Amino acid sequence: MKRTVRIGSGAGFQGDRLDPALVLAERGELDYLGLECLGERTVALAQLRRRKDPSAGYDPLLERRMSRLLPLAKKHGFAVITNMGAANPLAAADAILGIAREERLAIKIAVVTGDDVLGEIRSDAPIIEARGTLADYGEPISANAYLGTAALLPALESGADVVITGRVADPSLFLAPVAFRYGWSLDDFDRLARGTCVGHLLECAGQLTGGYFADPGRKEVANMAWLGFPFADVDGEGNAILGKVEGTGGAITLANTKEQLLYEVTDPFGYVTPDVIADFSRVTLAEAGRDRVAVSGAKGKARPVQLKVSVGYHAGFVGEGEIAYAGPNALARARLAGAIVRERLEGQLGEMRVDLIGSTALHGRAFDASENPYEVRLRIAARAATAEAAAVVGEEVEALYTNGPAGGGGTRKYVHEQIGIVSTLIDRERVRTQVTVREWSPHAATV
Amino acid sequence: MPRLYDLAHCRAGDKGNTSILSVITYDPADYPRLVERLTADAVRAHLKGIVQGEIERYELEHIHALQFVCSNALAGGVTTSLALDAHGKSLSYALLTIEV
Repeated sequence: MKRTVRIGSGAGFQGDRLDPALVLAERGELDYLGLECLGERTVALAQLRRRKDPSAGYDPLLERRMSRLLPLAKKHGFAVITNMGAANPLAAADAILGIAREERLAIKIAVVTGDDVLGEIRSDAPIIEARGTLADYGEPISANAYLGTAALLPALESGADVVITGRVADPSLFLAPVAFRYGWSLDDFDRLARGTCVGHLLECAGQLTGGYFADPGRKEVANMAWLGFPFADVDGEGNAILGKVEGTGGAITLANTKEQLLYEVTDPFGYVTPDVIADFSRVTLAEAGRDRVAVSGAKGKARPVQLKVSVGYHAGFVGEGEIAYAGPNALARARLAGAIVRERLEGQLGEMRVDLIGSTALHGRAFDASENPYEVRLRIAARAATAEAAAVVGEEVEALYTNGPAGGGGTRKYVHEQIGIVSTLIDRERVRTQVTVREWSPHAATV
Repeated sequence: MPRLYDLAHCRAGDKGNTSILSVITYDPADYPRLVERLTADAVRAHLKGIVQGEIERYELEHIHALQFVCSNALAGGVTTSLALDAHGKSLSYALLTIEV
């Protein structure tokens, strides 16, 4: 028996590349493959799709990812764990069963439900991010509790080929199979913290292998077009060696592992998940060969008594318009264009923002260079209560072609609905999770 | 004075309306210099107009890194901001222009 469990990371966000997971699946010698595909807003958007169609509401890329991964998972004998169930994990399981039937692959799917707590939350629930309560925001679209390892263990115990969930804390997708394989107690907080640290490093996939890192001449990363996604070999103590498949692009180095260790961590001394409060401050990272980094040293404290709930609400519409200027006095012409649109729309819309892309759009000012670029793109964005009202922004920018400053070209216009997210807390006892097993086998099937 | 860009690399992350800027030295020998000079106050002054709230600094001497947790820094928050870069992914490179 192997001394370690190998778990790969096959996606770091909903729209992530498909092919790196296939390379891991084919050549990674995996025990488990985790795919983190559910952003905060993603689940609210999925809930909207489910309302229109009860068989929808799972990840739109699920079929594309799973139809290619499933045969490889069966061939190489690893299990897939993913939150691609989004707002409808049971329908996602049906879709995966459909793929298995088509491929004539025997399959067992464990579906974890119970994260949807829209019926449980009260409008007077306090908000974490700001003062006030849920009632201060628009009508909730979705409310999903972050489930942890405790909810995933029964699914893994079923021996499923695929574990499909909705909202689960990202690191728990990777911690759970490790805790299951080694039989860790859910009160063994140091081990859980070490496993959480590994999960946190893996959850953004390519961000550990050179993605969101490269800076030519400063932080070089080779072969980024074919970035390999990472895996971790985790031992029974929760210590791990990070790696990637030989010959894939990117690199796993101390530098990018440090960046990812701290990524989105609001308190490195107390990183809160449903499983544990993990202290990353004494984590030790060490080079362990080419594209190999050893991770150890996280410490844990008891898990929080409440679970975080992410609530999605309608936040109106945003209209945007863009137009570009170049050459002598480009910046002044773009500014004039912005002033014209602002004056014409004054008082008609909500908050408005005028950006000079190429100059000051991202940071409000230029920090270390001239603000005077050769070319500049004006962008105007404004809020509106309806899509029709929001569309006026793009229309006004487009009309600058014939009514605005000289040499304006390349207009684009957009309207999109905004889904806001706020968080609250819920008592664990009020979140009842359930595992449903679905199976299909070519031998048992009658058709 | 060297720019931070010459001594360290930085990654930006986001949680709601909070921007998290991780600063990591290339050479551990430069870590004490950053602890002394790259204070929360210095970062607040540098990112004036962007970060509207408090800045908390964490010292991570094991990995020779400083973590800046900047509240009220993302124009109202990732999901409802009108900003082009709603996540503040590019803020790491604004911070790297500071002189230390």
